[in-house]
Amino acid sequence: MPSLGADMEAGTLVEWRVAPGQAVRRGDIVALVDTDKAVIEVEIWEDGIVEELLVPPGRKVPVGTPLARLRGASEAAPAPAAPARATAAVSMAPPEPAPPSAPPLAPARVSPAPAAPPAPPAPLAAEAPAARVRVTPLARRVARALGVDLAALHGTGPGGAIVRADVERAAAPAPAAAARPPAAAAASPVAGPAERAAGLRRATAAAMARSKREIPHYYLGTRIDLSRALAWLAAENAQRPVAERLLPAALLLRAVALAAREVAEMNGFWLEGEFRPATAVHLGVGISLRSGGLVAPALRDADRKPLAVLMRELGDLVRRTRAGVLRSSEFGEATLTVTNLGDQGVETVHGVIQPPQVALVGFGRIAEQPWAEHGLLGVRPLVHASLAADHRASDGHRGGRFLTAVDRLLQEPEKL
Amino acid sequence: MTREQIRAAVLAALGDVAPEADLAALAPGAELRDALDLDSMDFLGFVQRLAAATGVEVPEEHYAQLATLEGCIGYLAARAA
Repeated sequence: MPSLGADMEAGTLVEWRVAPGQAVRRGDIVALVDTDKAVIEVEIWEDGIVEELLVPPGRKVPVGTPLARLRGASEAAPAPAAPARATAAVSMAPPEPAPPSAPPLAPARVSPAPAAPPAPPAPLAAEAPAARVRVTPLARRVARALGVDLAALHGTGPGGAIVRADVERAAAPAPAAAARPPAAAAASPVAGPAERAAGLRRATAAAMARSKREIPHYYLGTRIDLSRALAWLAAENAQRPVAERLLPAALLLRAVALAAREVAEMNGFWLEGEFRPATAVHLGVGISLRSGGLVAPALRDADRKPLAVLMRELGDLVRRTRAGVLRSSEFGEATLTVTNLGDQGVETVHGVIQPPQVALVGFGRIAEQPWAEHGLLGVRPLVHASLAADHRASDGHRGGRFLTAVDRLLQEPEKL
Repeated sequence: MTREQIRAAVLAALGDVAPEADLAALAPGAELRDALDLDSMDFLGFVQRLAAATGVEVPEEHYAQLATLEGCIGYLAARAA
């Protein structure tokens, strides 16, 4: 169960998108997980073959629990020499000593496998079948629940071990659980709107309370003249079909992403008593849900994507966030968050940092204001940009450089 | 397109971007952004849906004419084929 946000403690497996034996590639979506905040599409980060699904749909498990066992693409076949993986898989189950009444399950004394764990002397040697059956604890538990006789099974796991899939196959001649139609599996475990809203509120409460308890915030703000940026945007949009139009929000995000690369102290995490700069810029984007509540999924690598791509991804992110389905790579991986409350009409935002991040950038409404320049008073479209930053990780001087960089970048919109 | 067809297309587009809104209760002269709590991303989505449904690509400088339901219908009725 991946951590999909610093405040996440557990998640419910909603649905498997893969089945045992299936090959997966890095980036494939393998499962749907429901956190308190949203349904997340969990991506996998290695190529390989799914060997066993360890958590059934509908079960809530703590972060860190293995969800499935994956065999690396280079590993030839399920072999007994996979102790680390086996251990990892086993570790999600509570330690379960082999009941003495089940002699076939104990590693038998006749086992020729040299790698077999040391076997306790088998007390009931006489009647024990000659089976050298190994069973994962999960398979054993599932077998007990389903009333399956393990001695009658043929294991397909590493070294011929009986894995959960074997038990389930035996229990139901129908295709294994993972092959069920997604809709049926997804129906019950997903939280309803009211539950979701309450869960989101709790998660926000926990994260924000932690932020204010632990993070010594400092705040800076500046007014930025957007006349050049908006004039450029209007000319650009006049040439674009409506499907490809840009919003000022995309310009602001792009400027923040580039500034974060310049002033690295704003982009990263405060962990274990020290600042750890992030190597990439994944911008968390505060998105308010129509049903109430706020989530901040990440626009990945915002500093390396052209404006048009960023705009398209922003639109996609907003749409999927509001539909309640995000990807694991978008959740909990933001390195710096931006909140834009301009549409709500406020002029200024004093943000609260999302731990363990170290800064939050806020933008208010873009509005015409009097502006003095070169001894002349004029009217310009201005936006108030603010920075809330963690004083443990940076000082106001660096924060000031950061906001100045955002301003400078927005004065040359054609370069964004 | 008839006015009725345009009206239906506008309401469908609004229903897409603000699925929880009670469109039956929307007054023809109400400001859409306020009444339906549309942000700029929602509004862009609305304009994109209007373009797909009616073939009218509304330039940004005309957005102000789409401020209300009756404004949208009047604007599109003059332009939709």
